[in-house]
Amino acid sequence: MEKLIRVLVAKPGLDGHDRGAKVVARALRDAGFEVIYTGLRQTPEQIAETALQEDVNVVALSLLSGAHNHLFPRVVELIKGKGMTDVLFIGGGVIPDTDIPGLKAAGIAEVFTPGTTTTSIVDFIKANVK
Amino acid sequence: MNIAEELLAGSRLALSRAITAVENEYDTAVEIMQKLYPHTGKGHVIGITGPPGAGKSTLTDKLAKEYRRQGKTVGIIAVDPTSPFSGGAILGDRIRMNELTMDEGVFIRSMGTRGSLGGLSRKTAEAVKILDAFGKDIIFIETVGVGQSEVDIVKAADTTLVVLVPGLGDDIQAIKAGILEIGDIFAINKADHDGVERLHIEIEQMLDLNQSKVAWRPPVKRTVASLTEGVTELIDAIGEHISFLDESGTLTARRTVRARNELLAMLNEQIGRYVLTNIKSSGKLDRMIASVEKRENDPYSVVSDILKGLLR
Repeated sequence: MEKLIRVLVAKPGLDGHDRGAKVVARALRDAGFEVIYTGLRQTPEQIAETALQEDVNVVALSLLSGAHNHLFPRVVELIKGKGMTDVLFIGGGVIPDTDIPGLKAAGIAEVFTPGTTTTSIVDFIKANVK
Repeated sequence: MNIAEELLAGSRLALSRAITAVENEYDTAVEIMQKLYPHTGKGHVIGITGPPGAGKSTLTDKLAKEYRRQGKTVGIIAVDPTSPFSGGAILGDRIRMNELTMDEGVFIRSMGTRGSLGGLSRKTAEAVKILDAFGKDIIFIETVGVGQSEVDIVKAADTTLVVLVPGLGDDIQAIKAGILEIGDIFAINKADHDGVERLHIEIEQMLDLNQSKVAWRPPVKRTVASLTEGVTELIDAIGEHISFLDESGTLTARRTVRARNELLAMLNEQIGRYVLTNIKSSGKLDRMIASVEKRENDPYSVVSDILKGLLR
């Protein structure tokens, strides 16, 4: 069996909306990925532990509440701290353009804001997964 | 250190990577399993099966918490269906087990069925061995939400728990072959719903007719997993089944059958792969298929010729 890309779709922090995350999860499923969805209101520690147990290749973080500058880098740091140095991180949600360079510097490979097509997320993962 | 050594030394990342290696059939997988196999056979494997929506994940969550209270370590393999069209999957059972994530004594791994039809993934048994070698006392296998014939769990589990809910089907369902035959214990979950009395009576009547499991009469327990009701009674029933397995020699007998089945399945797979590689590399396969398809030859003779050629 060839390597199947495993993606963790995670919702960190206090944000009760996951329609978008579920739409993305479904699109990734239809692209042939194995998608693990954490559900709402996860701490960065829970997300990192789930990423470890599920040995995922990609962590897709979704956040609408505005706490992305704090939570996204924290998740990256915790997962790398577990020895998982080959994970591809992507982010999405309501994220101002001005915040994107900072998130990229913190290890988020790409940020997908409202209006992004699901195909562009799939293509980005296929092109960049390690 | 290699993955197997790191795993045996307690590395959770190595545990996780070992399961990936086996699932994806990496070249390292066989070596990992060779090193881990001597460390297996200690954990008790509990299969949890039943129809979609019966509450298997919630029940697994509550059972795991109770075992943790008793000081036991727990491994969980949660199987969800792989799409027959895209090969992708949504593995969503962890959502019901979120509180276990930060417990160091618990390790949860989701698996897609990846084309397997028996309610498990082809690699579930290997993942169980990996958790066993890591030292987990109790290993749960939660099957994909099964219909009637996804009964592979009996081959992998020491104790099979069939979770049912009131309100599905009539009484003819109870005497059909399939998942109702494989239960060592029955849990009627969502027992606060209508129809629980009728379902309970139907299961008991079905068990009254059982001739084959006379030494162990499967107990029928009622649970409301979402409210943690009936969970300790269920744990007691599992404990009684474990004692029965030990005292009656059934566990040894089951594990002998399992060792035999696994060995033969592995042999079968390797032989199949050897034969296929051989006829593919000789370039004969397409010609054989074409000749069968055009009725110039029949598949019975072709297979017989292939084997004669290889076994000469």
